[in-house]
Amino acid sequence: MANQFDVIVLGGGPAGYECAIRAAQLGLATAVVEREKLGGVCVNIGCIPTKALLHSAYIAHLLSVAAEFGVEAGPVKTDYGVAMKRSRKVADQNSRGVEFLMKKHKIAVFKGTGILQPGRKVKVGSDLLEAKKAVVIATGSRVKGIPQIGLEINKTTVISSDEALLLEQAPASLAIIGAGAVGMEFADIFNAFGVPVTLIEALPRILPLEDADASAELAKSYKKRGITVIAGAKVTKATVAKDTVMLDVEVGGAKQQVETAAVLMAAGRGVNTENIGLKECGIQLSDRGFIKVDRALQTTAAGYYAIGDVAGPPMLAHKGSREGVVVAELIAGQKPHPIKYDNVPSVTYCHPEVASIGLTEDQCKDQKLDYVVGKFPYSASGRARGTGETEGFVKILREKKYGEILGAHIVGSQASEVIHELAVARENEYTVEEVELAIHAHPTMSEAVVEAALDSLGRVMNI
Amino acid sequence: MATKVVMEALSPTMEEGRLVKWTKAVGEAVKSGETLAEVETDKAVMELVARGDGQLLQQVVSEGATVPVGNVVAYIGAAGESVDAAPVAAPVKAAAETAVSPQPSAVSVAVQPVSASTATAPPDATRVKASPLARRIARDQGVDLKLVLGSGPGGRVVRKDLDGVAAPRTAVAAAVPRPPSPVPSLLVADSGAPFEDVPLTQIRKTIAKRLATSLGPVPHFFLTSEVDMERAAEAREALNRQLGDQGQGQGKISFNDIILKAVALALTKQRACNAWWQDDHIRYWNEVHLGMAVAVEDGLITPVLRHADRRSLSDIGALARELAQRARERRLKPEEYTGATFSVSNLGMLDIEQFTAVINPPEAGIVAVGAIVPKPVVQDGQVTVRRRVRLTMSCDHRVIDGATGATFLKTLKQMLENPLAMLL
Repeated sequence: MANQFDVIVLGGGPAGYECAIRAAQLGLATAVVEREKLGGVCVNIGCIPTKALLHSAYIAHLLSVAAEFGVEAGPVKTDYGVAMKRSRKVADQNSRGVEFLMKKHKIAVFKGTGILQPGRKVKVGSDLLEAKKAVVIATGSRVKGIPQIGLEINKTTVISSDEALLLEQAPASLAIIGAGAVGMEFADIFNAFGVPVTLIEALPRILPLEDADASAELAKSYKKRGITVIAGAKVTKATVAKDTVMLDVEVGGAKQQVETAAVLMAAGRGVNTENIGLKECGIQLSDRGFIKVDRALQTTAAGYYAIGDVAGPPMLAHKGSREGVVVAELIAGQKPHPIKYDNVPSVTYCHPEVASIGLTEDQCKDQKLDYVVGKFPYSASGRARGTGETEGFVKILREKKYGEILGAHIVGSQASEVIHELAVARENEYTVEEVELAIHAHPTMSEAVVEAALDSLGRVMNI
Repeated sequence: MATKVVMEALSPTMEEGRLVKWTKAVGEAVKSGETLAEVETDKAVMELVARGDGQLLQQVVSEGATVPVGNVVAYIGAAGESVDAAPVAAPVKAAAETAVSPQPSAVSVAVQPVSASTATAPPDATRVKASPLARRIARDQGVDLKLVLGSGPGGRVVRKDLDGVAAPRTAVAAAVPRPPSPVPSLLVADSGAPFEDVPLTQIRKTIAKRLATSLGPVPHFFLTSEVDMERAAEAREALNRQLGDQGQGQGKISFNDIILKAVALALTKQRACNAWWQDDHIRYWNEVHLGMAVAVEDGLITPVLRHADRRSLSDIGALARELAQRARERRLKPEEYTGATFSVSNLGMLDIEQFTAVINPPEAGIVAVGAIVPKPVVQDGQVTVRRRVRLTMSCDHRVIDGATGATFLKTLKQMLENPLAMLL
């Protein structure tokens, strides 16, 4: 039968398509069902196009300081529309890349909305697909907005990242609600494109999931650049007019109003679990709305697995991809190594970048761990001075007795790259001493990792 | 291509053979299975047979020469075929040869995993894979990583495998000994498979390797003697009463302690049994270091009571309990389970009346202790009920001959039946 496969993956995002590739590598006949473009949110309206826009922002920043470096660039003009079109090209290239990968691995791609049916079946339009081994649900998540306070996404004055990524021109002014990774990155982008940005966060500090030191460093940096940061703020009311939005904001009892041309909702992501036939197949949701899975990522219905954002936090592409690979291997009868959910790096690509892994200092305190902080500021790094990017630091939380790396937090240029040696170290249970013993090239941003490790041992060299 | 004929291991212990006589001349046709030469092994003169068809192209060694197992002695091939002059000197790994099938020794069979198709060396059972963090914790807490089941990639010991064995990460909480999970914590839950392949733990590998070098290569023989324990029991009760009076009730003397002490003393009297087989010599020990087999989760280990002969009964008892406890918690240091000169294994508590134990090389003997059970025996022409124990000694015949072992066992029996003899 043409429509019979070993594995059917519902959703062609980074979790789904990597699951399909791994399944195909293991000799399983595999199909992917995708209602939009292959690559999902990540490739089309998430990770990839925002990185393209952030680089545009970075270039604008570099040009603004170019004269200091002896490069006269003349007055800098930015055009968001051009940057947007370039980012679309990058996203499309990546999506086509995924399409190519599907062909290369002989994975059947069904375009359309897949509806799960009992008996490991998926209905796509008039096609009925059947999986002999397993159905993998990787339907991802989307921006939801906060309709309770009148901030329903209307795609003109109240937008989500989906619309922000397609704007022909930058708004006159922008209020961003939510200072997590998405909010921080768009604040960075629009600030560089000359838009007055107000960043509003409900929790007491921006980047609330990161180490408090990282939040403070970014708050300082953003303020210096003219981004208005309001943390610990509650939006009590939103009045949406044709061209403006008036936000009533309450901070520590004091009320203030923010008038803005547009509001970008960067808080409240919801998983895509509606109308895909979960209930009919006996697939239950958790209290928080994710699909309930066991340790092997199997749902409450045998033969149905869930991976990526729908399967629970952290809602990160790389976490979903790993789940996809692991599930494919499980379905193929292999015994993959368990996923270490406490060792998933988290990166915010604003400038300076923020990257972290493991516990924050507050979490160490909460868990009553006996820890030592090792910290090295980039202001003392020769490489950072050379590029003029001296903001930020490397902070390592070392378990006092055995030197285990409990957590690592990097703020600074290239933080997204530098974090991975600490990911490798933690994955293999290297202690700060093994990290320090590895000779690091000079001068590099990564040297700060060694210095932070040394600092945690009480013998920092270059400060 | 010409095929090499190598000196085969014609007996389990054979390491070299003397080529007594060629029975095929160069140029003569040979068939697989035909005798090529007579070889004198460590036991007898045996036949070296062809493992392929063709012509005997070359005799590499002359009659009378002694050749290590694995070395080339001749070439077989098609008539007129040239012998690619492979140098003879270096011993060739027998398993790597195509047309030759030497009996693999029990050792390599036991330690080699399923895929024994290549000539790679058997994995070293003593090498421990562990993360730097696990090593650090183990070193600090005195945990022997060899005894810990690793759940990391390739059986690597990681921090969580030490949970319960070593103190947990928080410096605050106290360490509660908990046996580690016997099965690696794999992601697969309730696969419903008909079987599960569980990777060998370090301790299991070590047991396999150590014991396969024992019963196979070591020529065992066994001696059993039934010992009357009535007087030992009386002595024990009296001693424990006295200890109780002194307020030392916790460290009561057990039958096992008495047997350990008696074995140690008997060894001082029968030094011939307190010895190590060292391949080209025998080491007779003047010190008595008594190994004591202890069952631990997924294996056994033999902690050593150093200078057992010089220790008091209560000292032996206390040390034996402490070592056994730490063995079960996997906290023995390597020097605490190596270097025994003789061993004792006791399965009496499991109601085993009599069994034979496998010698722990290079030791030359081990005594297996059964359960102490009341039995009807004839004494002074009367049938009476006495508490009896059966002791079975396994001896390495290379070190201990029948009469030597029997004399030792008799000495031991006398000491147990008349505990006062221990004072002599």
